[in-house]
Amino acid sequence: MDWKQEWKKLLLIAAVFLVAYFLPVGSARFQNAVLESFHLVRWYAREHVLLCLIPAFFIAGAIAVFINQAAVMKYLGGQAKKVVAYGVASVSGSVLAVCSCTVLPLFSGIYRMGAGLGPAVAFLYAGPAVNILAIILTARILGLELGIARAIGAVVFSIVIGVMMQLIFRKEEGERQKIQMAMPDTDEGRPLWQNGLYFASLAGILIFANWGKPMHDHGLWNAIYQSKWLITAVFAVGLGAMLVSWFKLRWWKILIAAIPVILFAILLPEQPVFAFSAGVLALSLVLVFGKGEGAEWFNSSWDFARQILPLLLFGVMVAGLLLGRVGQEGLIPSSWIDRAVGGNSLLSNFFASFAGAFMYFATLTEVPILQGLIGNGMGKGPALALLLAGPALSLPNMLVIRSVMGTKKTVVFVGLVIVMATISGYLFGLFFS
Amino acid sequence: MDIKILGANCTKCEQLKANTIKAVQELGLGIEVEKVVDLDKIVSYGVMTIPALVIDEKVVSVGKVLTVEKVKEFIGKER
Repeated sequence: MDWKQEWKKLLLIAAVFLVAYFLPVGSARFQNAVLESFHLVRWYAREHVLLCLIPAFFIAGAIAVFINQAAVMKYLGGQAKKVVAYGVASVSGSVLAVCSCTVLPLFSGIYRMGAGLGPAVAFLYAGPAVNILAIILTARILGLELGIARAIGAVVFSIVIGVMMQLIFRKEEGERQKIQMAMPDTDEGRPLWQNGLYFASLAGILIFANWGKPMHDHGLWNAIYQSKWLITAVFAVGLGAMLVSWFKLRWWKILIAAIPVILFAILLPEQPVFAFSAGVLALSLVLVFGKGEGAEWFNSSWDFARQILPLLLFGVMVAGLLLGRVGQEGLIPSSWIDRAVGGNSLLSNFFASFAGAFMYFATLTEVPILQGLIGNGMGKGPALALLLAGPALSLPNMLVIRSVMGTKKTVVFVGLVIVMATISGYLFGLFFS
Repeated sequence: MDIKILGANCTKCEQLKANTIKAVQELGLGIEVEKVVDLDKIVSYGVMTIPALVIDEKVVSVGKVLTVEKVKEFIGKER
């Protein structure tokens, strides 16, 4: 027996035993928290998975496959104009990066052989916040306001932080390596307008299928709400037509795929979820058994779903256990949260961004956790502060960043992120509370 | 012949490595497939999107999970 290897397992088993031994079964708070956890999981499953997350995965998959990444990375190269590089770095996370495992190689690449420290840092900071899945889920669950504030805040402050890093460390520039960037080879894609229409049809399906009931029973928003499934169907038909004419899918396959959708729409008009699910399922089957671009699209969407869904389920369960649903309590008493990050004081903003910077959030799990915190009295300002500092940084990824750009720069970067997140959270809390 | 996979901590990298090992076996080459996880080293190949396939120190594919057939094709070309 090799005890140099085995002791970790022993420690783990001992820890599990201790937890089991002292498991507070029977305590009202614990039992309530477990129930809360299941309630929250069911709520996510019913309200967010079919109509929101699944279309979002299809969009993320489409971005990964059909957007010409080499064209974007060209603007982050060594010869790129500085102003352009900052701009592109701050928004390109939406097409280049969906999980942190792709952010870090891109970051070190931009730093070492591309546009340099400033744009690299801008990309590192903005990437996790502007990725398409994060924006969709944040807006859907935490509200449109916070979703937009998160995206805009991340873009603006990434540029500010990037420029400041460049200014602070301007003497150390020039040690960049002269290596040719190896670009991902992309086949000659469709013309831009075709891609644009294709993405518009996907976005249209996502937006209108999720159109919420407005507060008043009249006006434009309500008119849209009343006919949201009709609008969604129009976008879906458009998507089908594009798949046939540009993606070379057989027209009769799309037609067969449409039959169950139409049947469900006619037979169960009160339950549009059935027709929608049938559509998703039929589309998936057509893509999987097809060849070429369609299959690639589905594979990459599936890749995202497979990586992110288990993490999200785990995140939702933990958030439910610790924090409960909105208006309920989990294991952590609301009063603690209110004391730490309630209201909108500078201190609670600072606490939120500091804690967020060091804590590790798996992709997208920041959303259910934040929802729990807000439900327990966290202010909107500190919530934004945590959203801006959290996903971009964590203790493990600080260590990787340090190995790329050294201790001094990492410390300054982390400091800047915490300060900027605190300030922007504070300002957001002042205007929107 | 020397074959490396560049990439750390991602499922796509594992898939590419598995496919490459399979391709090497099917071709009967009997060589080890090395996995490079160090970010510094990965970047020194000029690679920013992982996983990447490197044959004899030449980057042949970036940011893609290649099928076994595709890997065989690349190996054939470099031989």
